[in-house]
Amino acid sequence: MSKRNPEYDFAWCPGCGDFGVRRALQVALEGYSVEHEEPQANNVVVAGIGCSGNMVHLVEGDQPFGIHGIHGRSLPIAFGVKQGNPKLNTVVVAGDGDFLSIGGEHLGPAANRNIDVTAVVMDNGVYGLTKGQSSPTSEFGAVTTSTPLGKIETPVSPLKLYMSIGVTYIASYYSSKPRVLAKMIQEAMNHKGFSIVHVQSPCTTYNDTYDILKGKPQEGIKGLAFEIPEDHDPTSVEDANDLLSRPGVPLGVIFKKEGQTLQDRYEGLMARAPKRTNDELLDSYLLQ
Amino acid sequence: MNKHDFVIRFAGEGGQGLVTSADALARAAAQAGYFVQTHSTFPSQIMGGPASSQVRISTTPVLCSGDGVDVLVALNQYAYDHHNEDLLPGGVTIYNAEEYDLPEGGSYFGIKADELAKSTGNARAANMVTIGAVAKLIDFKLEEIDAFITQRFTRGRDGDAEIIEANIKAVRLGVDVASTSGFSVGQLEAPNPPDYQQIVITGNAALSMGAVAAGLDFYAGYPISPATTVLVWMENNLWGEGRFVHQVSSEIEAINAIIGAGFAGKKAMTATAGPGYSLMSEGLGLAWMAEIPLVVTNVQRGGPATGLPTKSEQSDLFSCMHPAHGDIKMPVLAPGTIEECFFAGALATNWAERYQGPVIIVSEFGLAERGENIRRPDLTAISNESRATVSEGDSGKRYDSWDGSTPLGGMPTPGGAGAYVANGSEHDEIGDTTHLPRHHVRLMERRFKKLDLLNGAHYEIENADADVIIMPWGSSKGPAREAYDRLCDQGENVGWLYSVALNPLPEEVKDILKSAKKIIVPELNYLGQWSSLLRMEGYKAESITQYTGLPFRPVDLVTRIIERIGAGVTA
Ligand SMILES: Cc1ncc(C[n+]2csc(CCOP(=O)(O)OP(=O)(O)O)c2C)c(N)n1
Ligand code: SF4
Ligand SMILES: [Mg+2]
Repeated sequence: MSKRNPEYDFAWCPGCGDFGVRRALQVALEGYSVEHEEPQANNVVVAGIGCSGNMVHLVEGDQPFGIHGIHGRSLPIAFGVKQGNPKLNTVVVAGDGDFLSIGGEHLGPAANRNIDVTAVVMDNGVYGLTKGQSSPTSEFGAVTTSTPLGKIETPVSPLKLYMSIGVTYIASYYSSKPRVLAKMIQEAMNHKGFSIVHVQSPCTTYNDTYDILKGKPQEGIKGLAFEIPEDHDPTSVEDANDLLSRPGVPLGVIFKKEGQTLQDRYEGLMARAPKRTNDELLDSYLLQ
Repeated sequence: MNKHDFVIRFAGEGGQGLVTSADALARAAAQAGYFVQTHSTFPSQIMGGPASSQVRISTTPVLCSGDGVDVLVALNQYAYDHHNEDLLPGGVTIYNAEEYDLPEGGSYFGIKADELAKSTGNARAANMVTIGAVAKLIDFKLEEIDAFITQRFTRGRDGDAEIIEANIKAVRLGVDVASTSGFSVGQLEAPNPPDYQQIVITGNAALSMGAVAAGLDFYAGYPISPATTVLVWMENNLWGEGRFVHQVSSEIEAINAIIGAGFAGKKAMTATAGPGYSLMSEGLGLAWMAEIPLVVTNVQRGGPATGLPTKSEQSDLFSCMHPAHGDIKMPVLAPGTIEECFFAGALATNWAERYQGPVIIVSEFGLAERGENIRRPDLTAISNESRATVSEGDSGKRYDSWDGSTPLGGMPTPGGAGAYVANGSEHDEIGDTTHLPRHHVRLMERRFKKLDLLNGAHYEIENADADVIIMPWGSSKGPAREAYDRLCDQGENVGWLYSVALNPLPEEVKDILKSAKKIIVPELNYLGQWSSLLRMEGYKAESITQYTGLPFRPVDLVTRIIERIGAGVTA
């Protein structure tokens, strides 16, 4: 929505990391449109269900098109949008539960196809919208409303997962520096192929991880987040795997690989496919 | 005795060429000017397992697979034991004497097709030996079979002539065996060829072709019997500029992909069967709520769960009308013939565009793979409707209130004017989430009101003032029609009502339903689903059900309908 809509009945809690991600997404969408001299209408934001998915209604200014679908299915919907009209810049916004739990089955196919879609994942390590249950990225032992005695599943490592299934652009960041995050998202949009920007976006209400991420320098506590070293080569699988074997949350582009997208491959096939009119097709059934 | 109609069934094991034999006979007969319809039953395994394939040959268009079998070709003892009871009075069985023997004195004779085929120098001509024997039994003109063989095996290769000669010889050897047996089941009357151009096509291919004729340009699907052949058809034919087809990783992906494509401006479809259809429920709810044009074809098989993957049942009607939670009633088209599959494919595609929402085609195993010769549809007569769109300067309110008194507002296309959010949560005019009563009320009414735009489907009304009206749906149309014709011949006062559109029903059909005193619905399910839905609307409907996995036989329907007529009507 371009202006505050008094009837819109969702609001993020004060301090929610998703505010920063929204700022970054807005800047990236505008930046992408300017860079490619395309109207904002060429951008499509496909949202999952969760606090994070509400992003699609909260983008301000010139409006992109949007889909606010069903829980976990933003990737297949985005796949349909992109293959339906490959000219559209198609961006998924989803939460950790939406993307990695209920929607986890769609990651592999999206990577195998290398669909030209960008996913911005807001990882808060919790189910925000349903009020604080454990999520795939909640820590082992985490006490949440659904794990009152502690979580007894090991958490998923999203970045390693993306790497292992062959996602061709993987970046990791947090919500606190929207300007930098915006650049990363815009770069992901420019990447030809499946790109994921995995953002630590703390939930101030159910899992406030700001201090854990950034640490408390005054008290000498180191945060989990660390800048990716200058000499990291994101085009190297080895470098990427090395980086991901380090504890903590890397900030920056982890991996990047150019290659054919599904659309490139499809166009290759179609160049070989014989062309037939509907009448010719129907005539192949004629009783001779 | 002259007869205008014969059923020939080949029974044995999967992998024994049963379908090939039935298809060959069907082709030869169709080319000779007869009307044909094939019907097969398969086990779910690929090789082996009891299977059968039959062809009905007639001088008039074939409505259904018939009452029973005139000639049974039983390739093993099991096939004989299980199909012999379907033999009609005067029918004859040809058994495979290389496999088993039967005691002297029955209406059967043995044939050693493999041995005879070998003697022609072409061991692969065994099915032609059998076809020769069948042809003799029904007095089918041998020249027609020769012509068929010549055409089939003229492939511009070196050995063509020898292959043709061996096959023709095989036919003659079969004829000899049948002659020696002394049996005959009658003389097939001369054909009455139609004066129009014909195609031979299955239900799934016809449905796919129909959808493409109306401009379908996006398909995503996941393999499942008996809908797999729609996916395969699309993968082989939906080619060219601006079109996209892909096998995706599940039915959940399929429905959501076509939602994305429909939103992006495509005419999109997926096809599935019960288990996959169940997985699509939530997505169908989204398409209804967000008003996304798309078509979902459910080719029914037996259910629930994995059920009977390769059998006939009409038990998904409830879930086709009401696939998801919440207040939904999907538009449903239920073709009952191969020709209607074609037109349903086209109309569903047009309906989706016209009312900007999801449309369900409910087809069946009984139509999916059955082959039939039908009139070649005239593609210039197929309309190609496209959704209304918006342009710069329009109000740009995708989800405006709508009461039907003005044309339905346009649907903005991404990239163009009128940016909005296609939202599965209740929303305001531009698709932002709101749960205010005002919006839920006005959009609920809009979503249901749009159904009024959907008309133009085929329906049939005959003798509508009769006390008892027969109203089948889907593939039960064929056997019900044959039963209706016989009842009329017997002087029973019955009426006929049939509609391809089950929702919304055409006004003319509703008028008949309102005044009907007793509506009998033959349907292949346990619950009596269509009559239940009709009773929900206040119509006086009751079902004749069958849940064997097999289609109705007209002879059974005649008996059961007469029982119901005898029961009278209650005021
Ligand atoms: C099929 C289905 N199951 C469950 C829900 C309820 N639900 C809504 S959001 C959500 C989880 C949200 O968590 P996450 O994806 O991490 O997003 P967040 O709210 O944390 O941003 C769940 C379980 C639903 N909407 N649909
Ligand atoms: S519950 Fe958590 S994730 Fe949801 S809006 Fe509040 S702070 Fe953000
Ligand atoms: Mg979350």
